[in-house]
Amino acid sequence: MRCRRGPLAPGARTLPAVAVALTVGGCGGKTSVVSPKGPAARSVVGLWWPMLATATAVFVFVVGMLVLAAVRGRRKTEDDAAVTPGWGEPFIVVAGVVVSGAILVGFFLFSLQKVQALTDAGRRSKLTVSVVGHDWWWEVRYPNGAVSANEIHIPAGVRVRLALDTADVIHSFWVPPLGPKIDMIPGQHNTLWLQAGEPGVYRGQCAEFCGLQHANMIIRVVADAPADFDAWMAREAQPADDAATGGPGRPVFETQSCAGCHTVRGTAAAGTVGPDLTHFGRRDTLGAGVRPRTDGDLARWITDPQSIKPGAAMPPTTLSPADLRALVAFLEGLR
Amino acid sequence: MALTGEAPLLVPTGQPDERLPTVGTGTTNFGWWGMVLFIAVEATVFALLLASYFYLRFRSGPVWPPDGIEDPKLKLVLIMTAVLWSSSLPVHLAHAAIKKGDTKKLRAFLAAGFVLGATFLALQVAKEYPDIARHEFTPRTDAYGSMFFTITGLHGAHVFVGLLMSAWVQLRAWQGAFDRYRHVSVQNFVLYWHFVDVVWFFVLLTLYLSPHL
Amino acid sequence: MATVTTGAATPEVLEEHWSETPGLGSFLTTVDHKRIGKRYLYTGLLFLVIGGVESLVMRIQLTHSNLHVVDPETYNQLFTMHGVTMMFLFATPVLSGFGNYLVPLMIGARDMAFPRLNAFGYWVFLGAGAFFYSSFVVHRLPDAGWFNYTPLSDSVYSPGPNVDFYALGLIFVGISTTAGSINFIVTILKMRAPGMSLNRMPIFVWGELAMALTVIFALPALTLANVLLELERRAGFHFFAAAGGGQPLLWQHLFWIFGHPEVYLVVLPALGIASAIIPTMCRRPMIGYTYIVLAEMAIALIGFGVWVHHMFAVGLPSMGLGFISLTSFLVVIPSGVQIFAWLATLWAGKPILKTPMLFVLGFIVLFVIGGLSGPMLAAIPLDQQVTDSYFVVAHFHYVLVGGAMFPIFAGIYFWAPKMTGRLLHEGWGKVSFWLMFVGFNALFFPMHILGLRGEPRRTYTYQAGLGWDFLNLVETIGAFVLALGILITFVNWVWSAKRGEPAGHDPWRGESLEWATTSPPAEYNFENIPTVRSREPMWDQPELGPHGQPAEAGGRGLGGGHNTLVTSLLEAEPEVVAPMPHESPWPLLLTVALLGIFLGLVVRSWVFWSVAAVAAVIATAGWFWPRGETQET
Repeated sequence: MRCRRGPLAPGARTLPAVAVALTVGGCGGKTSVVSPKGPAARSVVGLWWPMLATATAVFVFVVGMLVLAAVRGRRKTEDDAAVTPGWGEPFIVVAGVVVSGAILVGFFLFSLQKVQALTDAGRRSKLTVSVVGHDWWWEVRYPNGAVSANEIHIPAGVRVRLALDTADVIHSFWVPPLGPKIDMIPGQHNTLWLQAGEPGVYRGQCAEFCGLQHANMIIRVVADAPADFDAWMAREAQPADDAATGGPGRPVFETQSCAGCHTVRGTAAAGTVGPDLTHFGRRDTLGAGVRPRTDGDLARWITDPQSIKPGAAMPPTTLSPADLRALVAFLEGLR
Repeated sequence: MALTGEAPLLVPTGQPDERLPTVGTGTTNFGWWGMVLFIAVEATVFALLLASYFYLRFRSGPVWPPDGIEDPKLKLVLIMTAVLWSSSLPVHLAHAAIKKGDTKKLRAFLAAGFVLGATFLALQVAKEYPDIARHEFTPRTDAYGSMFFTITGLHGAHVFVGLLMSAWVQLRAWQGAFDRYRHVSVQNFVLYWHFVDVVWFFVLLTLYLSPHL
Repeated sequence: MATVTTGAATPEVLEEHWSETPGLGSFLTTVDHKRIGKRYLYTGLLFLVIGGVESLVMRIQLTHSNLHVVDPETYNQLFTMHGVTMMFLFATPVLSGFGNYLVPLMIGARDMAFPRLNAFGYWVFLGAGAFFYSSFVVHRLPDAGWFNYTPLSDSVYSPGPNVDFYALGLIFVGISTTAGSINFIVTILKMRAPGMSLNRMPIFVWGELAMALTVIFALPALTLANVLLELERRAGFHFFAAAGGGQPLLWQHLFWIFGHPEVYLVVLPALGIASAIIPTMCRRPMIGYTYIVLAEMAIALIGFGVWVHHMFAVGLPSMGLGFISLTSFLVVIPSGVQIFAWLATLWAGKPILKTPMLFVLGFIVLFVIGGLSGPMLAAIPLDQQVTDSYFVVAHFHYVLVGGAMFPIFAGIYFWAPKMTGRLLHEGWGKVSFWLMFVGFNALFFPMHILGLRGEPRRTYTYQAGLGWDFLNLVETIGAFVLALGILITFVNWVWSAKRGEPAGHDPWRGESLEWATTSPPAEYNFENIPTVRSREPMWDQPELGPHGQPAEAGGRGLGGGHNTLVTSLLEAEPEVVAPMPHESPWPLLLTVALLGIFLGLVVRSWVFWSVAAVAAVIATAGWFWPRGETQET
């Protein structure tokens, strides 16, 4: 099934939850290497299937010979066994060196050709997105000043260049249906070409062990139709508007510990430790994909994040029920 | 003192007319093989360490040494080099002496080698290191400083172990342990000492000379 | 030393010179390679149980999405210690154990070249194991993975002592492995029975030699990396942290320069076990002996040129990667050569499907699967997709568990009768094999699929709805079936040691010299050191029996003293009759002192480790202090 997702209708609170259920629930193929959704992944799969077929053939040959040898052996006498056949050593050389070598060198050359295709030397990108890995979330920055987290919007069908860095330990950016992974290493700038063939949500997660919550460092690539993407990026670069920040939640956010770590552009909150929340209400998940963004999960995430993601940098916050409701409403309203 | 030791016992092996010695030297002694393999391990450590130095150097950018550190000064280190390398001669002569069974010369040349090795170590620990740490950099300054002190320090530690071995062989020589047939400890010490001198060539080239290129 | 007048030896005289008085004293001071070899085996298998229990807990945690059997910190400790335990405390020591027990017997020697170093190697291995797991007592097991990448493992991100236990423990256990390898090389090169030229040496011995040579040149990289890491963590040096001008990738290079050869040094002796069992159980000499030997050496050599394939996804320039990719493809060829040589031998021979042979056949099937997924990881683009996913976990478990643990179990069924004098129970052996084989495949085959479906390694949990639950459940069931199979062999072994069928000296009609001794062999192994005239001496020299070779047929008694024969490197011509060292307490005492140094370092107590260092110096002096004669021998 297809998990195509259009831009969010305003006011549709439950839609993110539904979208999460659809994308991670209904579409197992969305995390799969062998259901490629972009040119890079497709290129790799073009190498995978021939290698699998060849491996299967070799396996059948070797194990077939093994089983047959064991069965034949029952009928033999020890005198038969003592005879050294003339074909023995030639067989080892032909099967073990000549044929195996030819197959291996063939696949080596084939794979090198794929490397050439993937590295794209000299190609230009219209769009470079900066992605910075943190313990344990992803910071995403666009050239127009838009800042997001844990979700990368890209225009479908367009080749996007990712500039990958890390703020702490080594992470690895991997969205299997879109192509190979690459590590994010301190003191080194890596790049990756990302392209999704058609609009959709593609799930990936950190692939290099990075500590306690390595398992819950999830990234979602959202490929939009190009026009939708342009609108999204323009909106994402704007500060939070008055409609969103006029309610009673804003002072809670600004005066509680939230503002020490998080930024909401257009308010006094300018922390840089945690994700930028300026347009939090437009994201599908919270805690780097650990939960869908529902009111209940959000309230629990604010009051007791360690029960959801033990080890994460976010501390628990004690709030009155009214303040909590106001804060959740404020965050949900950041669109 | 007699210049030749008693030839080792030839014992019957159980095959007709076959008698074999009970003492081996060089390739017929397990100990010699053990030392050769130990040196192989040590040489691998130094090779990897020097490779790590170049790895950090070539990934660090065009300026080396970094952070305003000057190129290594050569005067003192060339004196140290002369002292260390000249120690290989008496050590070699000590070996040659015991191969002829001359234990007196063995002890004298061992002592000469010891003094030269100890002088090198003293210059390194009491002069070179304090000078550098006071005026230039310490192991904590940056990767260059860490590498410099780690590599030269490891080499210095090997000189120290060589001195311990030299003292041990000296002691055993006084006990009369060696003669022209029985001296695998001397042999092993000599091997080790020459190895430490050869390693210094690569350390000198890498740490002191190559930054000037 | 007794003065010897004739070269003949009698069991009585040999007994007098070689027997170690039973009791605690000789338990702590023994230098007998057979006792030490068995200790390596038993201790290594104990660590298999510990590492296995760790993996079972992980499997329970991963049975289903979002389980909370263990917390993330515990999970990270479990997978780290599972890797460390299985590689350094199980596979390597157990294969050293087989080597220790069998190499002197197979080459017709009376002990290893350095018996006290041999004892020392075992004690250090035990001490290092105790050191690693002492971290369990304080709940600070290493938790940064067995690969321990910086900067996650540096003092900023891992401030606790967990990583210190890792780094110091590996330095410690490396002493044991290095000492053992030097011992193997000298033993194999210089102690082969007269006539056993290199081209008559059993392939198992070649495997141990290849392993030992690999250790000599690979292990220093690991030791060095850990020394540098400790200097950075403890003394403020800069090697890996980008901030001080270091390079995080330096750790990865050093680790994998060791780490990939480590895989081969586990697999090489295991392949040797297969090559020892196949000819015996096929009733014919191995076809392609020379090819197998060359292949083992080629694997050891090429193994040093493939390390960067663990780093295809770190963003290195693709030119250099091409070379590594090519060597990684080509290293498959020598493994293939061995498999085809075994196939040829099986095809030409009459395979007898007793339990050891079943394990060997199972091993070949699993090793082929692991060998076929290898080139997929050598192909750069494919590797960049599936590396650090469960696909890789599947691959290396097929290579390491299939390629090393199955041969180890084959070796247990094949050689335990030599050690105990009794055969293991055949029926239960077959039950154990099938449970292990089926359980193994149920556990590890689905991991290929899960990796392709995007499940990353080293994650303590996973989300629902990704299509990962069912196969994870299958894996957990498989893990328990595999564990049951292993357990059955252990029970079988213990039971059979007392009540099994008597084995006699040569239960399988083997071709190499270990069968020319009683079961278990006498302390001195052979009354007369045999003269070898064939690659399969037991088949071609009918005079060889449980008491070796009579003097008339070429045996050398060496006068019955505490001696062994030194022979030449290539042709094994007799050179020297070397006296061998007796029991010694110093290897154990030196180990205790070393353990004190390492514990002192980890608890950061100057006093503690300085005292231990002084003790170590005293123990070293005690070891080398001349006793009896002052003259050197």
